[in-house]
Amino acid sequence: MTNSTIESSSFSVERATRASRIAGGIGSLLLVAAITLPWWGNSGWMREVVEISCYLVFAMMWNLLAGYGGMVSVGQQAFVGLGGYFLVILANKLGVNPFLSVPLAALIAALFAFPTSWFVFRLQGGYFAIGTWVVAEVFRLFFANISALGGGSGTSLTALAGIPKATREMMTYWLALAAVVFAVGLVYGLLRSRLGLALTAIRDSEVAAESQGINVKSTKLIVYVLASFGAGLAGALYYLSNLRISPDVAFGVNWTAFTIFIVLIGGIGTIEGPIVGALIFWFLNKFFSDYGSWYLIGLGLLAIIIVIKLRAGLWGAISKRFDLHLFPVQRSLRLREVVGVRREE
Amino acid sequence: MEWISTILQGVMLGGLYALFAMGLSLMFGVMRLTNVAHGDFIIMTAFAAFAATASLGINLWIALLSLLPLAFAFGYGLQRGVLNGTLGDDPLPSLVVTFGLSIVIQNLLMEIFSADTRSISAMGLETKSLRLAENLFIGVLPLVIFLIAVGAAAAMQWLFGNTAIGRAFRATSDDKEAAQLMGLNHKHIYALATAIAFVLIAIAGILQGMRTTIAPTDGPGLLLYAFEAVIIGGMGSFWGTFSGGIILGVAQAIGFRIDPGWGILIGHLVFLAMLIVSPSGLFPKTK
Repeated sequence: MTNSTIESSSFSVERATRASRIAGGIGSLLLVAAITLPWWGNSGWMREVVEISCYLVFAMMWNLLAGYGGMVSVGQQAFVGLGGYFLVILANKLGVNPFLSVPLAALIAALFAFPTSWFVFRLQGGYFAIGTWVVAEVFRLFFANISALGGGSGTSLTALAGIPKATREMMTYWLALAAVVFAVGLVYGLLRSRLGLALTAIRDSEVAAESQGINVKSTKLIVYVLASFGAGLAGALYYLSNLRISPDVAFGVNWTAFTIFIVLIGGIGTIEGPIVGALIFWFLNKFFSDYGSWYLIGLGLLAIIIVIKLRAGLWGAISKRFDLHLFPVQRSLRLREVVGVRREE
Repeated sequence: MEWISTILQGVMLGGLYALFAMGLSLMFGVMRLTNVAHGDFIIMTAFAAFAATASLGINLWIALLSLLPLAFAFGYGLQRGVLNGTLGDDPLPSLVVTFGLSIVIQNLLMEIFSADTRSISAMGLETKSLRLAENLFIGVLPLVIFLIAVGAAAAMQWLFGNTAIGRAFRATSDDKEAAQLMGLNHKHIYALATAIAFVLIAIAGILQGMRTTIAPTDGPGLLLYAFEAVIIGGMGSFWGTFSGGIILGVAQAIGFRIDPGWGILIGHLVFLAMLIVSPSGLFPKTK
């Protein structure tokens, strides 16, 4: 019988990697560059960053829900629409500061996730996915019937009318940056926490996780509410920048279609994946979106091919090939001195 | 009398929803595959029938009878060529692949047929009606659709309960490994299930195109109706799915009667209410 004991001083648990430290440094520099962009860039760039930020925040949180939480939803656009509409309600109707309304609207959208979960959590797997879509349709049809919000043709965010264009653009841009940092930080922090461990356990086996004392239901609910907050934040930001909202677009399934594309091409179940995917999506959108239907057919086919041929996505493949982790969530054990390990036969 | 008429119309509409639902239920029941493109395939066959009859001038009956075996072959090929590779414990791959197909089909139809709405001519059947009472009429076409739905549910129930292939479906659904040990090739069984589902899809698509107008982006709506009928009815039998379709159809008809803007919404709300009251449906699966 082999029995080995390790003195506690002889090992350490490492959570960072060399790549993650380098990436952290480069990331900080990029962030400084991004924050100062309004002084050296132009408003066209700012608009593009805002738009891609909305998709990135939404994708980041969808990845948390589907990639880590195992809840594949095609109905998270429900919360994008709610975020957008509550931005309009708070800013236009209640006179709240429009920029402050963005996080508030996201918070209200997240509150809706509680009653929504009563319904959709009764469904599993593929039927959960379609059930969430029904819920998104319910919200779409509901808002399409409210004439005070313009009904089916939608309404405009008039609360920004008194604010100078330059101020509005800068504030929206910084809010978008803050949202991205928040979303990445939240997911990263979450996955390194106790909840992250619980999620990994649930992903591997729900029954085994439950038997180890993990409350599967409440863990899933937390993830679902957080993901809905992220979707609401993306929606509120998007409509702060776009100024015009209509139920068909705000609650449209295209949000989820693009997000699934972003997350899968980047790599589902990784933090780097949605970032890589969002950059690819931005690039494709910029150069090919003029092709209309053919562009969408291409995106659909690409998603199918990725799932069948490269299930881990681009980042997943790179990460596996080079053992590269920019946002390490795993723990690795480092032994300091081999002498410290005593072996007794 | 007007309300009786509304409910009757709802029942007839529900028969069509039941037809939408049976294909979805069959694929989910046999291999736990949720086909997100289900509604788009219905619309695709409707457009195929439209193109054959209106554009190419093929006789309606010949077009219909040749579409069914084509749909069978298409379904078999799709399952063996693409979908079998996406099955497993994780629902994500099959969801993403069928979601991708949904987007591809919608946009291809948009490119070929434009966004205009079309409809299949039912040779004058769509304007005929029967008088049941003083002020109560029933359309002949909706009645024919309803009877076809009843026939399809009976046929599917018989197929599952009384034939060798039905037994193979049930065995593979219950325990894939054990069925394989008994000499069943699950890949072939799955492909047959999808092939039969596509025959149901083709029938549903042609009837939808006759009953109302069709547009390339109609698919997701039909998927949701089919899904709701399946969940309301429960996974126990095809008659369960059938009753789920009827309940949804009546709910929508009553909703439309109250306010045209609320019809579909009331259908969704009845579905959500049923989900709370009876999560496993009216006719749950008995073990």
